[in-house]
Amino acid sequence: MILGRAAKLRRAGVLGINRRNSAFTLKYNQRRFYPLVDDKVLCKHRLQEHGLAVPELIAVIRYNSQVAHLDELLGDHDEFVVKPAHGSGGNGILVITDRRQDYFVDSDGKPVQKADLAHYLTNVTGGLYSLGGQPDVAMIETLVHFDPQFANLTYHGVPDIRMIVFKGYPVMAMTRLPTRLSHGKANLHQGAIGAGIDLGSGITFGGVSGNNLVTVHPDTGTEIAGFEVPHWSRIMLMAAQCYEAVGLGYLGVDIVLDRDLGPLILELNARPGLNIQLANRRGLRNRLDAIEALGDTHDNAEQRVAWSVQAFAENEADL
Amino acid sequence: MTRNRQWIVLTLALILLGGLIFTYKVVRLGFPAWPDELSDQWLIQARLDVRPIEGPARLSLMLPARSSGFMVSKENFISRGFGLTIEEDPFRRQADWAIRRLPEDRALYYRATVIGDTRDRRFATKPDFPDPPRLEEPFASALHDFIEEVRAESADIESFAAEVLDRLRDDSQDENVRLFLSDTDNKLERAELAQTLLAGARIPTLLVHGILLQNDASSVPIETLLAVHDGDDWMIFDPVTGHRGKPDNFLIWYRGDDQLATVEGARLHDVQLSVKRKVISSLDLAKQRTELLGSAIGGLSILQLPIQTQSVYEVLLLVPFGILVIVVLRNFVGVSSFGTFAPVLIALAFRETELLKGILLFVLIVSLGLVFRFYLERLRMLLVPRLAAVVTIVVLLMTAISILSDRMGAETGLSVSLFPMVIISMVIERMSIVWEERGAGTAIREGFGSLAIAALTYLVMTIDMLAYWVTVFPEVNLVVLGLIIALGRYTGMRLSEMLRFRALAAAGDKP
Repeated sequence: MILGRAAKLRRAGVLGINRRNSAFTLKYNQRRFYPLVDDKVLCKHRLQEHGLAVPELIAVIRYNSQVAHLDELLGDHDEFVVKPAHGSGGNGILVITDRRQDYFVDSDGKPVQKADLAHYLTNVTGGLYSLGGQPDVAMIETLVHFDPQFANLTYHGVPDIRMIVFKGYPVMAMTRLPTRLSHGKANLHQGAIGAGIDLGSGITFGGVSGNNLVTVHPDTGTEIAGFEVPHWSRIMLMAAQCYEAVGLGYLGVDIVLDRDLGPLILELNARPGLNIQLANRRGLRNRLDAIEALGDTHDNAEQRVAWSVQAFAENEADL
Repeated sequence: MTRNRQWIVLTLALILLGGLIFTYKVVRLGFPAWPDELSDQWLIQARLDVRPIEGPARLSLMLPARSSGFMVSKENFISRGFGLTIEEDPFRRQADWAIRRLPEDRALYYRATVIGDTRDRRFATKPDFPDPPRLEEPFASALHDFIEEVRAESADIESFAAEVLDRLRDDSQDENVRLFLSDTDNKLERAELAQTLLAGARIPTLLVHGILLQNDASSVPIETLLAVHDGDDWMIFDPVTGHRGKPDNFLIWYRGDDQLATVEGARLHDVQLSVKRKVISSLDLAKQRTELLGSAIGGLSILQLPIQTQSVYEVLLLVPFGILVIVVLRNFVGVSSFGTFAPVLIALAFRETELLKGILLFVLIVSLGLVFRFYLERLRMLLVPRLAAVVTIVVLLMTAISILSDRMGAETGLSVSLFPMVIISMVIERMSIVWEERGAGTAIREGFGSLAIAALTYLVMTIDMLAYWVTVFPEVNLVVLGLIIALGRYTGMRLSEMLRFRALAAAGDKP
């Protein structure tokens, strides 16, 4: 039975962790480029250098002593996001949506005392959330106001778009919709819903929650399939351009849609997860193999996007 | 070389190298492949009783020389007052005793320990063709007829010799044979007769004297076999039964026409050979053999190290097996745990505590540690001091458990001291983070996952045979390394992924 299942998955072109690691991340992602994505501060600078839009950096807290000057560092920002620069899997992210006289309000509407925030920041700099527990830096960046078109598809947090980019070609995309279960986080393993996106049209397919198919968002009751992601062609182009920015062959690009600023690159991932296959109900391998089989790859991001749309789009391209 | 080929070559080379050293040690040096095997070792003794005549006395005794099947591991001579010299060449050893005046009856002893030897050793040098025997009539013509008859019924030297011995039966009706047999009445003379007959056909022969190593015997007869050279190699026959080949338990003592012992200037009253069997562990035997052979490969075991170091390595050398289990569980099954190799270290601690008690102690320490950890979280301590506090608390908890269990007379509580405290502290820290971020359910589930992996690793690492193998054959870890490298390029689905992606399997239904 197990062998039968393995054969079926192979025929379906499903990529497993072992293969992703050996045939893609180890092969196409050079170690020396990892810091460019693992350090979110560095990554942000790098992307800005390449003219890619990112949420604005407010402050970087490297030393515990800086926590005392939090007010000065924050300036007049009342809403912001705290992230560990070396965090992974969405751990250690704190979203502050408002600031009162002597306390803050988090994304759940709960008050966060100034002392709590300070402790939180020292935990981050102490390395609580970083891979391997090394000392880290806390990054404070502007809060993204997600595009209101997403309003009915999310609960609290910010929905984002994850795209796998292989050798600069967009391969597969999904949108991650926070739910009550995921505490407003856009992480599938924390309970967010994933919905595959057609690369050609930017229209969503049905969603998955965990391993189960879902057709409507459990908290808002909105139909998940058939939603057209705004700015789709720009999103595709930005994702493809990340390849030039960080030089990693196998890359996960996380993009959010800001109400005012349009698509912003939230972060990059050198070891993107495989759940995107579930959200899209298809395996990654055939598409990756197709790109690997290309003799000459295109130097130009626009051409790569066009190639991907032509090769992988299911619906009529709407570009 | 492509990466793939390198990988295959490296894997195979490691497995082959480990396997070869292992095989060499088992086959050549006789290291037992399984624990608790027993082997025989023989204590042999030659006792010479001499009585004085007058003047200086000289005695000589043949000693066991190099041969197949057995080797002498230790020997000594008890011959106070005698001068002793040993004459030695590859196929012959002889002890010569001398004394100016033998005052009274004396007994001289030669004692040796003999152990089995798997090496096939050359029996003797290549001989010259013997001259045909000069016999008187009627023997000369009987010999001639006999050889003609045998030659007619044989094809080569081997069948010729076999035929000769076959005809030399007590109940033979052949007149020539009866004529020859009339002169023989023991095995030695039978062998000498066969020697003469074969010399008639110019076939080189050699007498082989030795004893059968069977059970304990205070007096074993020396037996004589006949070695026949067929132009390439020596073949051994029993001169009476005609049986071909050397019996396995026959210790070749010496070769040739000499007497076992000879005396000048004194009277040899008695020569007695005795055998005593001693059963020892095959391992001890292999160690002796390795030392005698001075084999460098045989030295590749930790048995030569000081005992204390040995017991450390007994544990360390098992770690690769535990890690192999982790590799399989993580890359094939897809189980996740707190810390990659933390379960191996926990499993090592279980070795001291036994599994169930170990699990109980582990759960006890981790849950108490978690309680403290949650309290520390409320104090808003910085990370490193908080970790340090957890380690300290874990140490104190371990001490408390030991003291309490000692008071209650339970010994297992004492072994808690072997738990890797830093590892446990890290497990506590990470578990509390998962607890806060993903809920108690996930934390407890992952905690028990780690424990289950540790338990499985423990079960593998406590297989007696593995412990024995790594001690005696550390090279099996080369095989483990080969396997780990082989598994390192497994790119297929993990079992957990089969479950995770089961929804996608439907798409692969049709080929």
